[in-house]
Amino acid sequence: MSIYLNKDSKIIVQGITGGMGAKHTALMLDSGASIVGGVNSRKAGTTVTHQDHDGNDVELPVFGTVAEAMKETGANVSVLFVPPAFTKDAAIEAIDAEMPLIVVITEGVPVQDTAEVWSYLQGKSTRMIGPNCPGIITPGESLAGITPHTIAGKGPVGLVSKSGTLTYQMMYELRDFGFSTAIGIGGDPIVGTTHIDALQAFEEDPETKVIVMIGEIGGDAEERAADYIKANITKPVVGYVAGFTAPEGKTMGHAGAIVSGSAGTAAAKQEALEAVGVKVGKTPSATAALAREILQSL
Amino acid sequence: MDLMEYQAKELFAKHGVATTLGTVVETAEEARAAAEQIGGVTVIKAQVKAGGRGKAGGVKLAKTADEAFEHASNILGMEIKGLTVNRVLVTPATPPEEEYYFSFLLDRSNRQYLCIASVEGGVEIEEVAKTNPDAVKKIGIDPGKGVDAVKAREIATEAKFPEPVFEQAVKMIEDLYKVFVEEDATLVEVNPLARLAGDKLEALDGKVSLDENASEVRHPEHEEFEIREEADPLEAKAKDLGLNYVKLDGQVGIIGNGAGLVMSTLDVVAYAGEKHGGVKPANFLDIGGGANAQVMANGLDVILNDEQVKAVFVNVFGGITACDEVANGIKGALELLGDKATKPLVVRLDGNNVEQGRAILDELNHPLVTQVDTMDGAADKAAELANA
Repeated sequence: MSIYLNKDSKIIVQGITGGMGAKHTALMLDSGASIVGGVNSRKAGTTVTHQDHDGNDVELPVFGTVAEAMKETGANVSVLFVPPAFTKDAAIEAIDAEMPLIVVITEGVPVQDTAEVWSYLQGKSTRMIGPNCPGIITPGESLAGITPHTIAGKGPVGLVSKSGTLTYQMMYELRDFGFSTAIGIGGDPIVGTTHIDALQAFEEDPETKVIVMIGEIGGDAEERAADYIKANITKPVVGYVAGFTAPEGKTMGHAGAIVSGSAGTAAAKQEALEAVGVKVGKTPSATAALAREILQSL
Repeated sequence: MDLMEYQAKELFAKHGVATTLGTVVETAEEARAAAEQIGGVTVIKAQVKAGGRGKAGGVKLAKTADEAFEHASNILGMEIKGLTVNRVLVTPATPPEEEYYFSFLLDRSNRQYLCIASVEGGVEIEEVAKTNPDAVKKIGIDPGKGVDAVKAREIATEAKFPEPVFEQAVKMIEDLYKVFVEEDATLVEVNPLARLAGDKLEALDGKVSLDENASEVRHPEHEEFEIREEADPLEAKAKDLGLNYVKLDGQVGIIGNGAGLVMSTLDVVAYAGEKHGGVKPANFLDIGGGANAQVMANGLDVILNDEQVKAVFVNVFGGITACDEVANGIKGALELLGDKATKPLVVRLDGNNVEQGRAILDELNHPLVTQVDTMDGAADKAAELANA
């Protein structure tokens, strides 16, 4: 088991012919993920060729629309490598086609575009992960995004993180245990899937035994997650928050990572998490050690 | 990007929001001339991206042009919350009969927009929010629906704008929403929103924050709002080189890939510094995914130009980027910089192709480069070298 993504996931790539799209289509195929095609309205009817994990050529059809790609391939996941100016329209097209899961990798999407997509999504069947995220990996089964599939294998840890490289770092730290699913929700002020969504899914996933949650400065997502954990999560949760030394008013790389006034500090987030029994590490390695301790006692 | 008051007012005027632009000047002499031209009593207002300007003595009334000169000479060069005042705004003094508060902002928690309005007190809104929270109305805005005339009327009604200015308030709410969406702002705030003599509603002060992603994608005109001389010179240089850099006040230069990992690196270095004379991280620098030699050289160049920096910590987890590429980047950067590279470099590589990467640096055997296998160990080494 896993969350959101498994071996039966059939993935298309919106923006499959672009530089990033092509590169990561190849990497996703190499991971063993089932990539079934792509979308580019100007190149409909053509194909692109990449190699799968065994080195065999795979010819992928390029469709004009998401709806057509779904009809022809049975795709149930779309990964978006679309430039930021066109991301909103691409996401709305996928939502209109009733794509069950869309993973928006694109960085630099105007936040009002994301806000409009989120509003449009209400009451519809699509789940959105991202934008500005590394995507989601269920090791040994599937990969929808840019997370390297070689870091860690399958195991009992469920990981949810705002940051890409911290996801990789944590997977590396706990590679001897492995992961049910690792999901990067993205560092923008508004994202489609939150820590809370992932916590809920991991709680319901029988394979996940320990949840590791990585947050960072800005907003109040971690505080809200703490409230949620208190009320709903029975599995052990280990936390880490990046940005203790970040000064007020300076954006630390992610558009969402900014301490404004007294709100959004790492200390406040740590306190909120610890108050509900989440063990919080001071560093990634200390966090991994806390998770390790719990895993060994299971 | 936060705008200054006069820039915010320019955007207000562009979208039909009633405001008085005034004159922005950089010298006291110009302030005198501006006050003369405006005539009557004027207000001299420090233009910095910080709140509490009035309390800091950065806002003064001037009865005459000479007084305007005097106030401007005092205010120019003043420091407000660490920011130097380089320009003042001269506007006609228009004493408000009543002060209100109004804003539109991005509501991250609820993934929508929020309108905050209060007809009780403008400038002291935070106090009002504490003592009389019911007087501060918060109204959610669905980004898919926005604010049309009907919604604007609903907001004005709920906020209880008084009858004589009610219709003006409705129009202003609609126009402020235009500023918010058409300029891709994350905050549009009018404080105070004033009822002047003759029941005229006007934005006396304004604060606007723009979404930099949107400016990049569809507002090339926003570039003019960037006031370069106020950025830290190293930050300005980094920006020119396309680097994601924030200057901090410490001794350990930091280079890493990925915003989260770099933030984490700053923390780990600060903890390590506690054992080494209290040294701290000197900067945030995320070189992103493709760490080629040029990007690495640019990053090192900026950091080595920071006189406070005593040692540099390069912390890379090779995800998509392979560590051998990063190692070649460091090698190339050291070659490009030559004699300009003078400070010790602690390098921690992990992840994709780590063995090849470490081998390249071993072979390079550069006297300034030390490799450490773990993030914690490398942070400790960098802090130690910075304290040496």
